Amino acid sequence: MTPQEALFKYTLRLGDNALIQGHRLSEWCSKGPILEEDLALTNIALDNIGLAQAFLKYAADIEGKGKTEDDLAYKRPERQFYNHQITELPIGDFAVTIAKQLLISAFEVPLFSALSHSTDETIAGIAAKGVKESRYHFVHSRDWCYRLGEGTELSHSKLQQAIHDLWAYTGELFEMAEEDTILLVAGIAVDLEELRPLWKETVATVLTEATIQIPEDGTMHTGSRNGVHTEHLGHILAEMQYLQRAYPDATW
Amino acid sequence: MDSLVQTTAFQQKIDQDLNIEPKDHMPDAYRSHLIRQISQHAHSEVIGMQPEGNWITRAPSLRAKQILLAKIQDEGGHGLYLYSAAETLGISREEMIEQLHSGKAKYSNIFNYPTLTWADIGAIGWLVDGAAIVNQVSLQRTSFGPYARAMVRICKEESFHQRQGYEIMANMMKGTAEQREMAQDAMNRFWWPALMMFGPHDGDSPHSGDAFLWKIKRKSNDELRQKFIDKTIDQATLIGLTVPDPELKWNAEKEGYDHGEIDWDEFHRVIRGNGPCNKQRMAHHVKYHEEGAWVREAAAAYKQRKNEF
Ligand SMILES: [Fe+2]
Ligand SMILES: [Fe+2]
Repeated sequence: MTPQEALFKYTLRLGDNALIQGHRLSEWCSKGPILEEDLALTNIALDNIGLAQAFLKYAADIEGKGKTEDDLAYKRPERQFYNHQITELPIGDFAVTIAKQLLISAFEVPLFSALSHSTDETIAGIAAKGVKESRYHFVHSRDWCYRLGEGTELSHSKLQQAIHDLWAYTGELFEMAEEDTILLVAGIAVDLEELRPLWKETVATVLTEATIQIPEDGTMHTGSRNGVHTEHLGHILAEMQYLQRAYPDATW
Repeated sequence: MDSLVQTTAFQQKIDQDLNIEPKDHMPDAYRSHLIRQISQHAHSEVIGMQPEGNWITRAPSLRAKQILLAKIQDEGGHGLYLYSAAETLGISREEMIEQLHSGKAKYSNIFNYPTLTWADIGAIGWLVDGAAIVNQVSLQRTSFGPYARAMVRICKEESFHQRQGYEIMANMMKGTAEQREMAQDAMNRFWWPALMMFGPHDGDSPHSGDAFLWKIKRKSNDELRQKFIDKTIDQATLIGLTVPDPELKWNAEKEGYDHGEIDWDEFHRVIRGNGPCNKQRMAHHVKYHEEGAWVREAAAAYKQRKNEF
């Protein structure tokens, strides 16, 4: 892997995570438990898609094949997507979505915060925007964890179940692949192993306050660093890429 | 019973073009007319999220996806302002939603039509928001203060929506033969329902007398419809779309277009609940409202617990 290939894949990863997370959240439109939440979840979706656009545009530049961010989003097959599997899991009920958002934003805040000091100026710039947004996403999901955790017996058990079910997808967030190692030396990427204890502490603090038990680390799902996904991703792409694939000559 | 003094003072304010505010005295009929109209307007914003939401996950570019998401978010926001405006008249949002589910409260008929292709997203922004603006601009001068102020805020956003919808149509008309066909098809399906958004002809609109007297309504259905037609025809022609009305022609004397007759049977059929998507839209709203009940209960229980300690 050349440094340029590493940078391309790393940037794709950042873009794909935002794209797929944003796509999933956008499915909440007109389905929220209250109108205010419909808008809040759409807001987070919008932040993510904006971030995806910036990262994918940069990835296309790095690749240097004259592609656009849309080519990368809409014309890549599933085995070339590098988003974490947790982002592609179905939105489930509101507790699943909130639990997912908590686990992801507790990771994104320190990630983007570190990346905002990356020696790669483009990544640093996008990350600086990302960190502000992900702080807000974190606060939103944290507050809902409190409400659901301490709300009713039903909401408590739904949130507990969601955290339990999602836990096995959190190991992937901290996997160091070849691109990470190459870019870490150059001061471009972040040491994910260093983020792990920070993430764990944040999540544990929120969940304890919400009276939710923290699951044991068991076997973790893995694969996304190599483009291996759950069955869900293919369906997301089939839907998301439909117009671009059905009318390849069209611009919209 | 309203006293003569109060009623006279109310009508004097209206006649002087002063706004009525929530704490002011108002006749019961004025209040209930407004509750009906504002809640119907709020429900329309919210139900309208469904046909457009139908294309969010299939939007053809990252930019298109963001514009559509932001647009639908605006509509939800309009719903919120309007629910708040109605709440100042002494009805809760929960009651308004109950009335929507029971069928007592209505929403705009236009959202009972399906969005079948991406071009429909363009057609809705351009024609449906375009028609809504014409109506809402005139409501900026409506007599009830909170409603008039909500309209000022809303109109700014609606004109963005209209332009963005038109841009989708214009781009498609510059595109491939398949895209042009899609755009024309959307135009054909949405043109007449958009005209129906203004309601029956003035002569067949039985309840508008008081609404004019109270200055809730400032322009008649036919006047507003004419305004919409006149501004839209040129926009259609400019990008090569055909308006699906063979009887359409310029009338120099009235400086506006004459148009063919609206299919009022269809209008009434959809109002009575037999449009293509009436049942689907309502079932969707009921389903997600019910599925969200445990979340609302949890939030309420949490709030209560925190207030206790
Ligand atoms: Fe609106
Ligand atoms: Fe609008």
